[in-house]
Amino acid sequence: MTLIATEALTKRYPGGVTALDELTLAVQPGIVGLVGANGAGKSTLIKILLGLLAPTSGRVQVLDLDPAVDAEAVRARVGYMPEHDCLPPDLAASEFVTHLARISGLPRTAARERASETLRHVGLYEERYRQIGGYSTGMKQRVKLAQALVHDPDLLLLDEPTNGLDPAGRDAMLALIHRIGTEFGISVVVCSHLLGEVERICDSLIAIDGGKLLRAAQVSAMTEASDVLAVEVSEGTEELAAHLATLGLRPRREGHLLLVVLDTPETYDVIIGAVADLDLPLHRLDQRRHRVAELFATNAEEVVGVN
Amino acid sequence: MSTETSVIHDIGYQRYTGPRLGRGYAVRSLYIHALRTAFGLGRSAKAKIFPWIVCGIMLLVAVIVTAVRSQIGEVVLEYRDLPDSLSAVIVLFLAVIAPELVSRDLRSGVLPLYFSRPIQRTDYAFAKLGALITAAWLLLAVPMLVMYAGAAFGADHLADVWREADDFGKGLAYAALYALVFAPIAMLVSSFTGKRAFAAGGVVAIFLVTAPIVGVLGFVGNQTTRDLALLASPQTMVYGVKSWLIEPQQDVVGAYGPVYGMAAVALICLCVLLLVVRYGKVAR
Repeated sequence: MTLIATEALTKRYPGGVTALDELTLAVQPGIVGLVGANGAGKSTLIKILLGLLAPTSGRVQVLDLDPAVDAEAVRARVGYMPEHDCLPPDLAASEFVTHLARISGLPRTAARERASETLRHVGLYEERYRQIGGYSTGMKQRVKLAQALVHDPDLLLLDEPTNGLDPAGRDAMLALIHRIGTEFGISVVVCSHLLGEVERICDSLIAIDGGKLLRAAQVSAMTEASDVLAVEVSEGTEELAAHLATLGLRPRREGHLLLVVLDTPETYDVIIGAVADLDLPLHRLDQRRHRVAELFATNAEEVVGVN
Repeated sequence: MSTETSVIHDIGYQRYTGPRLGRGYAVRSLYIHALRTAFGLGRSAKAKIFPWIVCGIMLLVAVIVTAVRSQIGEVVLEYRDLPDSLSAVIVLFLAVIAPELVSRDLRSGVLPLYFSRPIQRTDYAFAKLGALITAAWLLLAVPMLVMYAGAAFGADHLADVWREADDFGKGLAYAALYALVFAPIAMLVSSFTGKRAFAAGGVVAIFLVTAPIVGVLGFVGNQTTRDLALLASPQTMVYGVKSWLIEPQQDVVGAYGPVYGMAAVALICLCVLLLVVRYGKVAR
């Protein structure tokens, strides 16, 4: 099953702004990162996926349904967490989420049970009986996530879920989203303008810019190729580079670092051996975190170059 | 909270396999929620104060009227006159409750959460409007019911109870007309601002500002102008319809009864239409 499929999807607003420009996508189930700068067309895409906006042209399918025709059926199976504040301050979280569960079609008792279950899953326990107005930003984000999850959707659309959170809050929210995608078995589309954030939890990434597709790929495919070891020695960097080259490793200079492609686990031993042979003071030897951002950046340049 | 002392057993996430009811159920749920909100049910104690005071006033009037009638044996206040004598209270109730139902949602930005669920934008507007109409009607109908119960228990013959039922029915119909004309106006005004105080002020202003126009038109001009003067304000407009349909009094609207009827229907339709247009556009 294809989670989301679009074909030459275009959205032009009456003012003449083109938010989406011939966007063609095929998204497989899993955790999907939708990245792009502000104004790249992420929110417009989400609104079209929910059937809230009609596309100007092109075709779109969500969970094998057309949101332009079957908006009701799509919205029954999709959970949406908006970017902005959307919670009434004078209601208790449990009551509010129960109410929205009923609007999603859950019978009264089921709605109440699912609401407290879901609030527990997002990490709100006794606080759920307090008024939302007294919540911290982190708790509010959790309530927003809970209301999107309460009717057990097949697809979650999260618009900037880490907005306004501190680093610890971001990590907790990302871990939660990762759990939803893996343990709960619900596909998730996470919108973000921070690539570094979503790449940690996503199976695949889609980058859009100016309403056009920049790149879409599996995260594993992007990162496998880019794993490198960074070697730093206090002196004799040139010597080491030459020596490694003779051992067939093709090192690359980057400032005072040597970057070596990590082909096999033995690469570590080879480097350690080489440093020991030359009797150099080794400062650092670590595996670089994958650099999807770089990949996106180079690809963006390529795309621009082709055009 | 005692997260440190108690152990939380994570039984894992369970998929929901139960029934999913459709759009009709969703709209009914929204309607009931809004109706409860109108009377402060399921809300904080602070939110209950105003609606309960208003309900208390209405019931008090009904009880006094009933008591006086049973003592002196004369009808002090007809059912159909209750809305007119308490129209200020109704207007105040709508001016506070309509913003509570719609302005609050605009302010907190909760609308995207509704619109991303299986209801339409117009469903939202109609559910809220339905709840407001029902609330306004109940506000009048329940006191009438108290009056009727008092009259029925004090009646000597069963025939009196039946005659009374006819009056009671007319009263309920007039209450419905009141609710149907007033509520859409209050809701339309409230749907344009997220600030409840502004919305309440706007609603009261519409009813207050239009009242003097009726007075002025009643003084100037000829008989036709005077007959049609009551159209200028919602309160007097419904009174005109009453004088035509429910309690025929030729001297109030002359031969223009049907005009009042049409004007009331047109006013309701216009408000509903504007509401639908408004909620077709509102983004958050």
